[in-house]
Amino acid sequence: MTETQKRVLISKIVMVLSTLSALIGLAFLFWILYVLVTNGIDAINWDIFLYEGAPPGYAESGLKQALIGQLILVGVASLIGVPLGVLGGTYLSEYGQRSRLAETIRDISDIMMSAPSIVIGAFVYAVVVTPMGHFSGWAGVIALTIIMVPIILRTTDDMLHLVPGTLREAAFALGAPKYKVIIQVVYRGAKAGVLTGILLGVARVGGETAPLLFTSFNDNFMSTDLMEPMASLTVTMFNYATSPYEDWQQLGWAAAFILSMFILALNIIGRLIIMKKGK
Amino acid sequence: MTMLFDKIFAHSTRIIAITVLLVVAAIFTILFQESLLSIQSNGFAFLSDTKWAPNLEKFGALPSIMGSIISTFLAMILAIPVAIGVAIFLSEIAYERLKAPIGISIELLAAIPSVVYGMWGLFYFVPIVRDIFGGMGIGMLTAGIVLSIMILPFMAAVTRDAMNTTPDILKESAYALGATKWNVVKDVIIPYAKAGIIGSLILALGRAIGETMAVTFVMGNVHKISMDITQPATSIPVTLANEFTEADSDLYYSSLFELALILLVISFVIIAVAKSYFLRRTRRTS
Repeated sequence: MTETQKRVLISKIVMVLSTLSALIGLAFLFWILYVLVTNGIDAINWDIFLYEGAPPGYAESGLKQALIGQLILVGVASLIGVPLGVLGGTYLSEYGQRSRLAETIRDISDIMMSAPSIVIGAFVYAVVVTPMGHFSGWAGVIALTIIMVPIILRTTDDMLHLVPGTLREAAFALGAPKYKVIIQVVYRGAKAGVLTGILLGVARVGGETAPLLFTSFNDNFMSTDLMEPMASLTVTMFNYATSPYEDWQQLGWAAAFILSMFILALNIIGRLIIMKKGK
Repeated sequence: MTMLFDKIFAHSTRIIAITVLLVVAAIFTILFQESLLSIQSNGFAFLSDTKWAPNLEKFGALPSIMGSIISTFLAMILAIPVAIGVAIFLSEIAYERLKAPIGISIELLAAIPSVVYGMWGLFYFVPIVRDIFGGMGIGMLTAGIVLSIMILPFMAAVTRDAMNTTPDILKESAYALGATKWNVVKDVIIPYAKAGIIGSLILALGRAIGETMAVTFVMGNVHKISMDITQPATSIPVTLANEFTEADSDLYYSSLFELALILLVISFVIIAVAKSYFLRRTRRTS
């Protein structure tokens, strides 16, 4: 065998191996998706949206409390976290720029984006749950907000940075004060990117389970009171899936399916927004 | 008036940005403060003791710490070759038309909540491990495998991004000299994107070690160090997730907080190394 033939052969072998590993990886991942969809569709029916959690064995059992709780927790966390993240990102891109302070905030936010979320749950437990004396929806909201802000802050920072400096200079030349330049020129130029960042941030937080385990805890009944413990799809899914009752496990799959579809939808919409902008 | 509003806007954005730093500082301070009782009464034995018996007020964290290390190690060993394979496939092998759909589906799979991976592991993977290795099917091995599958999409996506930073002109020059695809990967892409690839892998490691839900389902929460990886075990996040709401004494709580602090410090350092040492350059250029 000549040197060239050997080289080509080795290359072929490696290429086959990496194609195989790609196939194996994708096979596992699609297996999970398949399991999620088949079990989810099996388990889903109208009762899920109409009834609250019931003891195992009751036919009239649903996820109403978890769906509403999830919407409230993620919704309120977004109402607080999105403006904070966008404004903080505005500081980094427009005011702080390359200063030491801004760079430090960037680095720390980057790290917090990947930090273990269960630790944030423990922190919120110490500062909110212990003083209050009981689990509460607010504690869950605060935990989710702490996770959400660094994500939105960093994407906003990156997206505002992409707006050309000449646009800002043109606005300044017309005599516009800085806040007007930012709100009317920079935000407008980066609208699609910032929106995508927000959607991805909300999607990321929507799937969080660990920080809710000991903050908002769980509740089998409908509650819209953030001062009381509140159910979420993720914690309910965890509790139901680890229970020995088959009807509860079914509800767990339904919750997993609804939650995953919601998060995938947010991700896909986010991508479409930025793709449309790119054209 | 405008001047005033301009100032208010500037200051409020700055205060908000600085709040991020304050919250992180508060997280470290509070966790340390809550751990003080445990640090004082358990001392350094906390890190080396293997007995975790809350009813006897004995708290040794070694099983949890070892569990975190072993399950993450298993996950990394399994996931790294596959992730690199997927990344090579996406950057060099796949047809142009396939790259986007496969790449996007991998990114979307990275977005699926880890609790779903855990649930899949419990219902579909535990029985397989039980059939092959016997025992309960719940344990270190299952946790490592489920964790590796959970971390795979993220790892593959960031590794591919790192590989894609290699300028096409470099690759084309190598191909023009008669290089095979493997030559290009080994001698052009990997040397060029080495820092980015290593950084991506370490970043994935930082995520895996703090991952809670994917492993809580399948680990078993048994505080025992066993040489047999098919036996039930525990890890720091698993202990926290299972026991935080059950803790009934001050020392128990404090010990759990110390575990949380240890986990935070470990993952903070790992992620910081990945970000600041290896990934700095890729960020500056983007």
